[in-house]
Amino acid sequence: MQIHDHPTLKAEARNLNFYYGEAKALKGINMPIYDKKVTALIGPSGCGKSTYLRSFNRMHDLYPGNRYEGEIRFYPDNTNLLSPDVDPIEVRMRIGMVFQKPNPFPKSIYENVAYGLRVRGENNKRVLDDKVEHALKGAAIWDEVKDRLSDLASNLSGGQQQRLCIARALATDPELLLFDEPTSALDPIATGAIEELVHELKKRVTILIVTHNMQQAARVSDYTAYMYLGELIEFGKTDEIFIKPQDKRTEDYITGRMG
Amino acid sequence: MNESQHLSSQFDEELSRLRTHVLQMGGLVETQVSAAIEAYSTGEVASVKTIVETDRKVNDLEKAIDDDCAHIIAKRQPTASDLRLILGISKIVTDLERAGDEAKKIAKGVRRIYENGHLPGQYGVGIRHLAEAALVMIRRALDAFARLDTPQAADVIKADTDVDAEFKSIIRQLITHMMEDPRTITTSIDIIWIARAIERIGDHAKNISEQVVYVVEGRDIRHTKEKAQ
Repeated sequence: MQIHDHPTLKAEARNLNFYYGEAKALKGINMPIYDKKVTALIGPSGCGKSTYLRSFNRMHDLYPGNRYEGEIRFYPDNTNLLSPDVDPIEVRMRIGMVFQKPNPFPKSIYENVAYGLRVRGENNKRVLDDKVEHALKGAAIWDEVKDRLSDLASNLSGGQQQRLCIARALATDPELLLFDEPTSALDPIATGAIEELVHELKKRVTILIVTHNMQQAARVSDYTAYMYLGELIEFGKTDEIFIKPQDKRTEDYITGRMG
Repeated sequence: MNESQHLSSQFDEELSRLRTHVLQMGGLVETQVSAAIEAYSTGEVASVKTIVETDRKVNDLEKAIDDDCAHIIAKRQPTASDLRLILGISKIVTDLERAGDEAKKIAKGVRRIYENGHLPGQYGVGIRHLAEAALVMIRRALDAFARLDTPQAADVIKADTDVDAEFKSIIRQLITHMMEDPRTITTSIDIIWIARAIERIGDHAKNISEQVVYVVEGRDIRHTKEKAQ
């Protein structure tokens, strides 16, 4: 696990353990997340990749009995995201999330994007208009919806809804975006559009993406982490992981040899 | 190299069929080279025809194997050791095909010499030795591929230096020969072409061995001083 020419760190897991009640789902994860890079988390179902992803925006706080140990350091301010002093709402302003299935609010396209800003107390119409447009453009959906902003978001196609959710996540100018299998419910064309978008987004935001599609990880990410049974098995540059992985377990997984 | 099985047994079959075809092709090239050497020593000009015919089979196999590689890439999106195996094979068959072409050149040169009423054996005495070394290299390179044996591949790479040195010494001998007796120039030039072809066969064996190292270890040692071992 050697990495050369590191870019700057955006976040870093340090001895991270996570428990669902008694069950230990993450075991001593140490892993860097590099700034303005795409990091893919791969591994078989139940390996802990989604659990790990969700730790970043404190999603697990929503359920009782869940428990973290260790730290997730967030830079440049070097806060520990898991510290009880840190307000999860604040965290989620800085760390956006996009889920497997598009989940727009039952509101208009415009209000979906404006929602996070309103929660933040922004009510100035001109500022909202500006930010909504900017976010929709950032999510590469502006041209398709600019003439129907007051339509219900649920009238959009699946791929468009997913890009709307990305726009919604972008509206609060997050520093880190979490994608939990963002294309598994989409067709290849819509998938291609999202992948292209990820490539564009990394110019201004750091991205952590969970995917079951290995080729997708190979296409979109700069770094890849392979997880298995709650452990980080291997982390490295995507190019190296897919051509010459160091660990036999990684090799078996990405070549389809895991039984 | 990863010897455990894929979840898809069909993929395993496709890969093993691919490897078998490469070894088949290698077997044919080996026969071509040894037949060419035999023709050189014995003047069996008839075998030239067989060598040329074998070359057609070799060419067909090269195309078929490359086609299979393309299909596997499209269907299976191979990664890691599988990807390296397929990339390696695609390069190995190019070298094999070219080694076959060199065998054909040797055969044709031999035929020219005999048809002009000369005996090549009188000239380059070292040729047979050189040819045998190149044949051993090809054979061992194919063995190294079949068993994914990097120490063996390293030996072949080392052997190429000797073949290159021997080639140079043969050229020097032939130059002396030609200066001493200009009537030998035509035949000597034919023999130079033959020696050159043999030396190239050694190079192809070396290239194949470098691919074996890449397939097994993921290290690209071409055009470097990096050792195979």
